[in-house]
Amino acid sequence: MQYFVNVTLTGLTEGMVYSAFALALVLIWRSTRIVNFAQGSMAAATTFIALALIQAGQSYWVALIVALLSGLLLGALVERVVIRPVEGGPELNAVIVTLGLFVAIQAAIAIVFGSAFQSFPTPFGLEGFQVGDNRIALTPNSVWVISAVLVTMALLVVLFRFTRIGLAMRASAFGQEVARLLGVRVGRMLTLGWALAAVVGSLAGLLIAGGEFVYPAYMDSLIVFGFVAAVLGGLDSPIGAIVGGLILGLALSYVSGYVERGSALVNVAALVILMVVLLVRPGGLFASSTARRA
Amino acid sequence: MPDTRAHGSTAVATGGDTATAPALLQIEDLTSSYGAVRALDGVSLTADAGRITAVLGANGAGKTTLLRTVSGLVRSSSGRVVLDGEDITSASVESMVGRGMAHVPEGRGVIAELTVHENLRVGALFRGKVEKSEYDRIYDLFPRIAERRDQPAHVLSGGERQMLVIGRALLAQPRILLLDEPSLGLAPRIVAQIFGLLRRLVDSEGLSVLLVEQNARSALSVADVGVVLNLGRVVVTDSARTLMADEDLRHAYLGF
Repeated sequence: MQYFVNVTLTGLTEGMVYSAFALALVLIWRSTRIVNFAQGSMAAATTFIALALIQAGQSYWVALIVALLSGLLLGALVERVVIRPVEGGPELNAVIVTLGLFVAIQAAIAIVFGSAFQSFPTPFGLEGFQVGDNRIALTPNSVWVISAVLVTMALLVVLFRFTRIGLAMRASAFGQEVARLLGVRVGRMLTLGWALAAVVGSLAGLLIAGGEFVYPAYMDSLIVFGFVAAVLGGLDSPIGAIVGGLILGLALSYVSGYVERGSALVNVAALVILMVVLLVRPGGLFASSTARRA
Repeated sequence: MPDTRAHGSTAVATGGDTATAPALLQIEDLTSSYGAVRALDGVSLTADAGRITAVLGANGAGKTTLLRTVSGLVRSSSGRVVLDGEDITSASVESMVGRGMAHVPEGRGVIAELTVHENLRVGALFRGKVEKSEYDRIYDLFPRIAERRDQPAHVLSGGERQMLVIGRALLAQPRILLLDEPSLGLAPRIVAQIFGLLRRLVDSEGLSVLLVEQNARSALSVADVGVVLNLGRVVVTDSARTLMADEDLRHAYLGF
């Protein structure tokens, strides 16, 4: 029983990070119909900026804020400089561009920060809380991870539901032409959307890096998991991304915890889950594409 | 050139009283192309303040292109668009609503993912904060959408969608409303209701409307001035009443 609880807790924590990363992908997909394969590299870049600051003696929190702000800038920059010129062309062009960017940014990280494995600190301890006589797999750091993601999601909900700029962003995403005719500066909203997505992606990158080793390609598996989580949820739905991330986190944790040599099977399991969902519900668990066409 | 009775930018005086003030919207010799196809070929027309001007013609006559060129979605290759004395030919699409022109595009243009109320709010976004009473007024005009204000807009029927997009455009407080085929796919009763409402807004609140319609009979029954477009050219401009009475013209260009 205690083992089950621990495996579940680990899965939830990991799943939260997948959710955040999936959310970043969904934010961009919703507004520009582009799967941003560069999201992982972009997050890795900001994580390395944070690491450089920490190694230079800054606190984790200063590094976190600077990293998130650089994510904001990087996202806006990528949209303006790289994506904008290929937008409106064949959809595949933009996707290929993000793939190119994925490779290019990773190379840039290796050039600037080197490709050695470096350990990334956590702001809180990695030792599980004591419950009765047992230590559970919930650590102060995983509480931080879960709350950071929850707070970010709550802020996004507030932004999109209750503010004028959030409404302008949603209008730009779903009715570009109508929004322009009603005076919404759609171009700016798309830039802002990419910037916000990059912040959320960067947060996921920083959280997953905590207590681990980072190297230029350390985000590669998170890209796969985040993408699977996003597709599980239907790619179009922020709530779907969150639920998809949690389901995936739990499933992978059970595979790795209960299947013999399961930890080696985690990547395969992610693929199997993806395939099963796509076969049973091709639109994802929270598909809203029917509403879109109406 | 077939039967060009009125030409250039001079509007024909209508309904007895004469309009001497310069027109609210002047379209002068406008030409624009989709690729190799010249969709507008030197179109000139005016829309006067406090009037409904209906641009009529068959599919492919250039009606939609005309509105899209006026609002900047399509760039003209020559000619001018003047709104209230100001040349807006090369102004940005996003600036049009701030200049007092609201364009309701073809095919309803509701944003299906937003709720009815959120759709309305988009119409007022550029104005900043807007009094609740302004929304109430729109809901009073269209009680059917008021019942559904918190539902996603994709549940609305065709007529309700048209009401929503007109209401949304009204929240932008335009001086001139550009409407692209508002009757498309709607039951005659709903068309009459919507056109009747437009007439009331024009008469009581000084709204001006430039309407493009394939449904010439309904459009002429509500409009002050009719402009017949054929293959990208203006064939005739006259009062709606005169056009209604001209049987040859109706048979030749308007299909009724």
